[in-house]
Amino acid sequence: MAVCIAVIAKENYPLYIRSVPTQNELKFHYTVHTSLDVVEEKISAVGKAMADQRELYLGLLYPTEDYKVYGYVTNSKVKFVIVVDSSNTSLRDNEIRSMFRKLHNSFTDVMCNPFYNPGDTIQSKAFDGMVSAMMVQAS
Amino acid sequence: MMSPTQWDLPPELCCRPMAFVALTGLDVTYNAIHRAIWDAFCANRRADRVPISFKVLPGDHEYPKCRTKRTSYEWYIPKGILKTGWMNKHLNLVPALVVLFYELDWDDPVWKEKQSECATKVEIVRTSLQGRNTKVAVVLIQKKTPLPPGEDLVASERAASLCNACDLSGKSLFVLPHTDHLVGYIIRLENAFYEHAQTYYYTEIRRVKSHKEFLNKTTHQLLFVRHQFKIAFFSELKQDTQNALKYYRTAYSLVHELRTHETNMLEIKTMAGFTNYKICRLCFQHNTPLDAIAQFRKHIDLCKKKIGSAELAFEHTAWMSKQFQSFGDLFDEAIKLGLTAIQTQNPGFYYQQAAYYAQERKQQAAHMCAHEVRYPTPDPLETLSGALDFYGQRAWRQGHQSIDPPDAEKEKVGIQALQVKEKDVPHSELIIALLSNAVAQFKKYKCPRMKSHLMVQMGEEYYHAKDYTKALKLLDYVMCDYRTERWWSLLTSILGTALRCSYLMAHVKDYITYSMELIGRASTLWEDQKSRIEKNLIKVLMNEVPEAEPDCDPASAKAAQALWSDRVSLAGSNRFTIEVQDYVPFGQFILLLQCKLHLYLKADCPHPVRFSKLCVSLSNQEYNQFCVVEESCKSQDILEPLSQENMCLVPGKTRKYSFKFVAKTEDVGKKIEITAVDLMLGTDNGRCVLLNWRGGGGDAASSHEAIQAARSFRSRGRVPEQHAQWDTVSIQASTMIISRVPKISVQLSHKPPALSNEMYCICVSIQSNEKTVAKDVKLTAGLKPGQDANLTQSTQVTLNGLEVCDESHPALLPDIAIGDLQPGEKVHPLLISDETVTIETVVPFDVAMKFVSTKFEHLERVYVDVPFLLMTDILSASPWPLHLVSSQLLLAPTMVALDEPQSQVEHVVLQTGECASECFSLQCPPVLNGTSSVASGQYLISWKRKSSCADAPVVTTVVTLSHVMVETIPLYVHAELPSFGRVRESLPVRYHIQNRTGLVQDVEMSVEPSDAFMFSGLKQVRLRILPGAEHEMLYNFYPLMAGYQNLPLLNISLLRFPTVSGQLLRRFLPSRIFVKPQGRQAEDASIAAA
Repeated sequence: MAVCIAVIAKENYPLYIRSVPTQNELKFHYTVHTSLDVVEEKISAVGKAMADQRELYLGLLYPTEDYKVYGYVTNSKVKFVIVVDSSNTSLRDNEIRSMFRKLHNSFTDVMCNPFYNPGDTIQSKAFDGMVSAMMVQAS
Repeated sequence: MMSPTQWDLPPELCCRPMAFVALTGLDVTYNAIHRAIWDAFCANRRADRVPISFKVLPGDHEYPKCRTKRTSYEWYIPKGILKTGWMNKHLNLVPALVVLFYELDWDDPVWKEKQSECATKVEIVRTSLQGRNTKVAVVLIQKKTPLPPGEDLVASERAASLCNACDLSGKSLFVLPHTDHLVGYIIRLENAFYEHAQTYYYTEIRRVKSHKEFLNKTTHQLLFVRHQFKIAFFSELKQDTQNALKYYRTAYSLVHELRTHETNMLEIKTMAGFTNYKICRLCFQHNTPLDAIAQFRKHIDLCKKKIGSAELAFEHTAWMSKQFQSFGDLFDEAIKLGLTAIQTQNPGFYYQQAAYYAQERKQQAAHMCAHEVRYPTPDPLETLSGALDFYGQRAWRQGHQSIDPPDAEKEKVGIQALQVKEKDVPHSELIIALLSNAVAQFKKYKCPRMKSHLMVQMGEEYYHAKDYTKALKLLDYVMCDYRTERWWSLLTSILGTALRCSYLMAHVKDYITYSMELIGRASTLWEDQKSRIEKNLIKVLMNEVPEAEPDCDPASAKAAQALWSDRVSLAGSNRFTIEVQDYVPFGQFILLLQCKLHLYLKADCPHPVRFSKLCVSLSNQEYNQFCVVEESCKSQDILEPLSQENMCLVPGKTRKYSFKFVAKTEDVGKKIEITAVDLMLGTDNGRCVLLNWRGGGGDAASSHEAIQAARSFRSRGRVPEQHAQWDTVSIQASTMIISRVPKISVQLSHKPPALSNEMYCICVSIQSNEKTVAKDVKLTAGLKPGQDANLTQSTQVTLNGLEVCDESHPALLPDIAIGDLQPGEKVHPLLISDETVTIETVVPFDVAMKFVSTKFEHLERVYVDVPFLLMTDILSASPWPLHLVSSQLLLAPTMVALDEPQSQVEHVVLQTGECASECFSLQCPPVLNGTSSVASGQYLISWKRKSSCADAPVVTTVVTLSHVMVETIPLYVHAELPSFGRVRESLPVRYHIQNRTGLVQDVEMSVEPSDAFMFSGLKQVRLRILPGAEHEMLYNFYPLMAGYQNLPLLNISLLRFPTVSGQLLRRFLPSRIFVKPQGRQAEDASIAAA
């Protein structure tokens, strides 16, 4: 399960960021922010011609000693980042993918809300609930 | 050993091992020849030379003593894994080969003596190397160039004798003629040395391997590791890197098989680290970087949890940090040698991790070494030799290998000593060095955000190291990155550190700047924190000492208080100008409208803000005086609450200030821009701060918010003017000054559509509604520029309504001066009024023409000297009646009119759709060759619009008549007959047959019978017609029926011109005639005629 989940706007500012409360929140913010380097590089590496067929899931962005950071970019260049504890070896690529899919679906629901302004930070209870379900439960 | 660099890898581990060869018998100081030989050995050692490290040693040099070899390991318990001196010994002390240089020519006169001297020298070396496998070689330095082998009998004999005397094999005796080709000889020599060295290391490997059979697994575990390491190291010396890698790997796995406990943990980790370093180094050397990375990961995973003694946990983190750092160094080195790294796998990550461990080490050190303990005496870290015997052991219990420490008290004192030492380590320096290494790497591999993050950490480390200036410099540098990316949470944390720095340094300007940004919208601080910061800010503005920031080191805070007090007492330098482009809590928006300027201010801080002056600077500074709001305090007018309130910004409320000024005439057409907005906080007698916004203002958050607001569906209901909704205001920092639209009406009267070719009349009436005189009014009339070029060329404009335009008139009449329009006093700027009229143009009439024969039959071609008719039809297409004044036919010389052609349509008025026709009889004079196309001429129509005023000019339209084909015919026939016949009355018909050629023509003629006529005359005849002559044939037809009757057909055929058929000629002849019925009175006459 994730220790941090973030939604980043097209312009690279955070729309939503949530981490397990037991650990230093700021550290996760930095982790997510620095992972954008790799995301940007991956997006630009695909090239414009292939942009349509690009896979949304970017895979493991980079491993740190303690965490694994995964990335996902929607077609509208909104980025999802999931940080997982390195010690958690039970999580497989498929599960990460399905987490991203869930996140994407839920994000789409948020966007469909007529009272939501695209670009505002996300303050949806439904989205919050879904993210909570994917996070490591603080014991 | 216990230096601050305790964790650094020993240099003998990090170097590339090379075979060690000692050169003796060379006097490099005083002997020039020897010097040259030595230089040739050590100069220019490039990659193509064999890897040997040479050293000049005296002939009687004492080599390290070889201990007596153990015959049995049965009772031997090893004291450690690897001796600290071992690697160095084999790299620099024990040579693989000792070379003795000796000056001796084959024909030396005192050969015998010299030979024995040489033998003695060899013997001395041999004795010194007692017990070692080191080879000895002799090089004879000779003055003469040797003869080819076999030819010099003396030489081979003496060489054999010398070998014998010195107990050398022939392969170990070399001759070095010292001639021109010194370097070439030296290279051959060193290749031979290299081979000897290889053999030496090979035997060494065999020797170490041979120990293995004596070892047992229970007591000699350490030796297994040691031996594998030694074999690997010798393999490296032998330059057999593949095998070296293999043995190092075995050594590595054996290290981890060792029983670990708290006392030997450090030794195991040290050896594991050494071996790992060697493995990674060789992997990079073999260009298999992925293997190196995999090995390193494995190493870290295995060792991460091997912390060892809890009281010395900082040692573990220090060791970990070093592991990462040295791997990063190896990686970086490999990159410099041509390896390519990628964004997600570059040395930066290892440096970064090294920095993390260094930070952890610092924390642990701070935690564990906090107690005030004096350094114990006697020094437990002191050893007899000043160094440790084995790598990774404790000075106070060297060689101890059992689980429990031998002496608990000594152990405690030792740990204490280490802890005290750790306190003196400049942790921050180490961390910063590692971080800056990482920054350099991430910069190279396009990771700007990672770089910023590391720079923040560097800044924070500088802050901890109390180097606030550097900390601020770094933080300030990255702040704007986070600001533009809008990561407010991160920005707030950085600002917090920056604020503390500026507080501790009592930097007033920075303090104010950071405070302002922190109390603004972008900061994610809680209200109470913002409130605290703002109170401090107000204090600073009142020239008082602010409260200390929380989380500051109390001692430093005290020092800062003193600094602040100094600042306060210092009267000067209390005016600051702060550029607050992006980060100040009050955003501003400006709207510039027709020299009316609205300035919106909003404070986001928790407490109301009072300011003393607000002014706007514009690109033309003359207007600045109109855009100032100033506190009226100066006049001590306290009884003006309105103004007081005006100068105060209530948090969250938008305040609007309006300024008005009149634009100067010289600015017409120019752009007026707001260059800056200044807001003065504080007062002159306290401290005053001028906040300066460049351009239209706003802050980092606002530009984004403006976009958001535009997208928003929120209701934008009416709000009171004073509290206009902040979101809906958008910045407009500049405006164009343009001239006013003039109050002049221009009326055009005309009757469209215009007819093409016509003089189209447009009346323009200009009326001024201005209150003042409009001077120098000018009118430009004509075609709008930029239209089709053909149109411009074919359109002419004139002012004179009576004259007809020709090509000399332009399509545009510019600047027709009209003069002044109606009275007034004031001078008015030039007014430009544009009226564009689109005029539809139609073709007034169509002219159609055709050629017909005299029988009104359509003619495809005309015949020479045969009359024909030209018919013209003028069809009016104009919506207006057309008055045709006259028409005229201008014939080409190839056409002749048969009569005087007179206009038949003079003064005819055509209504829409009506048609006027004319008919002209024409003839063609002979043409040169049989057929040709000839021009017919032109048809001129003079006309004008019926409705237009009587004096409108008459226009002439020219229609060019089409060409026509003219053909010469050899024979011309025409008939002469009355216009009608009468039944039963004779009808004389005379046919004239004319020969138009220069030849005699044979003509055959026949008349076909007809039901309607009886006739007399030659029915069939053949005759000859002379050139130019005419033959006449007379027939008397007697009509039998009334009505239109076909005449009997006359067939004519020319024998010479079979092409000229009767059909063609028949065209010239009437084909039928009207026969009137028989009248009573006429009966007698007809009988008489018969």
